[in-house]
Amino acid sequence: MSTPQATIEFEDIELPKKPIPARIWDLCKRQPLGAFGAVVVIAMIIMAVFANVVSPYDPERADFANMLTAPNIDYWLGTDAFGRDILTRIIYGARTALFVGFACAFVGATGGLVLGVASAYFGGIFDLIVQRIVDVVMAFPLIILALAVVATLGTGTENVIIAITIPFIPQCARVVRSNALAIREIPYVDAARALGFSDSRIILRHMVPNVMAPYLIMLTAFVGQAILLEASLSYLGMGVQEPTPAWGLMLQGGAEEFAESAPWVPIFPGLAITLAVFGFNLFGDAVRDLLDPKLRTR
Amino acid sequence: MYKYIIKRVLLAIPTLFGAALLVFFLLRAIPGDVCEIRLAGTGLYADPAEIELCRDKLGLNDPMIVQFWDFVSGYFTWDLGDSMWTGKPITFEIGLRFKLSLQIAIMATLVAIAIAIPLGIISAVKQDTWMDYAVRAFSIAGIAIPSFWLGIIIILGLLIVTQHWFGAPWMPPIDYVSPFEDPLRNMSQLIWPAVATGYRYSAVATRMTRSALLEVLREDYVRTARSKGLMERVIINRHALKNALLPVVTIIAIEFAFLIGGLVVTEQVFNLNGLGKLFVESVGAQDFNLTQQLVMLVVLIFVITNLVVDILYAWLDPRIRYS
Repeated sequence: MSTPQATIEFEDIELPKKPIPARIWDLCKRQPLGAFGAVVVIAMIIMAVFANVVSPYDPERADFANMLTAPNIDYWLGTDAFGRDILTRIIYGARTALFVGFACAFVGATGGLVLGVASAYFGGIFDLIVQRIVDVVMAFPLIILALAVVATLGTGTENVIIAITIPFIPQCARVVRSNALAIREIPYVDAARALGFSDSRIILRHMVPNVMAPYLIMLTAFVGQAILLEASLSYLGMGVQEPTPAWGLMLQGGAEEFAESAPWVPIFPGLAITLAVFGFNLFGDAVRDLLDPKLRTR
Repeated sequence: MYKYIIKRVLLAIPTLFGAALLVFFLLRAIPGDVCEIRLAGTGLYADPAEIELCRDKLGLNDPMIVQFWDFVSGYFTWDLGDSMWTGKPITFEIGLRFKLSLQIAIMATLVAIAIAIPLGIISAVKQDTWMDYAVRAFSIAGIAIPSFWLGIIIILGLLIVTQHWFGAPWMPPIDYVSPFEDPLRNMSQLIWPAVATGYRYSAVATRMTRSALLEVLREDYVRTARSKGLMERVIINRHALKNALLPVVTIIAIEFAFLIGGLVVTEQVFNLNGLGKLFVESVGAQDFNLTQQLVMLVVLIFVITNLVVDILYAWLDPRIRYS
């Protein structure tokens, strides 16, 4: 027994500075599923942004000479009942899905962030009221509340975004609040208050940055959920309306008709939804593992 | 114990009242009502006087507070009002379809349990092997696959398989028969939507079974059981599972209410005349009365399942009662 090890060995702690591509590669090896999700997400974003370049046809052009053609060299995934190319509509559908997905996730998570932090910071009556409202909203299954909002506002892309965002806000607010409550107890918040900073400054500059981890986790989780919900609403005829290309819309119609005439019509859009949600979920899980090791599922 | 139950029941009332308030004002926030749609919706000319008359008849011209009072007091007199669309009492419309939806919901729960518990156990016992990865991929896919698409694929598969093997395409029957009259016909109709809905709901429960079992397998008493030479099968079935299943049961019970939300789309796919389909139709027709009663029904189911879970928990674990 010689001298006790009192000093920390800094070599172990300091991260080796590697070039960025190598660091990304390391990350991919650590999170193979997350990397797969990220690839799907990036591919989808590229597809959506460059939809007009990538897709072979015009998504809204009806071609009655080529109705319900089976997949062939001209129409890789076949055509629908109006003779529109399914591949093109899936590519443009990615635009709708991503737009709705990101808009809902961003607004929902950010609204929840503000509400959750404010609720934790102010406490008292304000907190009580906000939490009761959150309780009430969370008693509704997502799709039921979304449909009720659509019943009021009507269908269409903007209304669908509102309908999906409303149930997201309380979900995020609840998670953020529980994190923010712990932060409020840390003395630096008291110190900031003692210095005479305004409430909004303390909330925005001192508390919000410290709840970024749960915020980002909720945000990424919401994107997949929103895409799925939009597809469900559109499928029911309560979401995005024709002629906007949307995956859920492409599945409308009776399965028995499709089976007789054109099984490719429902198969490919469904695959697109599944792959997109799968990708976002895997990506979201990886983000969660990286940002919050405590939540890691074994 | 009684004190705890009473406290929990009283706490549920504000949630229900808040939900009623939210739904009521949400559905009336924007102008446009069932009378306009019914009389002028087709694009034909509608006499404004006629629309007024229709509104009067349905009570849409009363002050909001009176309408809200009618809505809430209906629960105490068991008069939920009439559907603005069909004109029949809402209790009648719901009663007509309740059995079908309840049966699918119960069957879907059973399907979810039948998938989740065995797969969760396999996944936990064979942690980090290919079997574990396969199970996890299967359950993540369950969340990603839209249940309505799964339904379409099931129907497509049935049609193609029966066409190929029996020469004639076969579809599940569309009209509902009570399981007590003709169980075979009933099952052949409802097993498919139950699978399409249940698979999705098995995903969360599978994950839960896996992580709960993994946690329990690290406990001291499991090590004791191992060191006294018990067979691994006995350890898992008799010792570990008993403690691991409590959170799984909770998750399944809580998800039951959300499963009703899943029925909204599945019933559409399989063309079943259940509550989910009624809900979509009521939204399409702007039948506020019916929509709000159906939403309240779902919230009520949610509150009751939560209440039952809480009380069961308190009964099983006395520490909760006193905290």
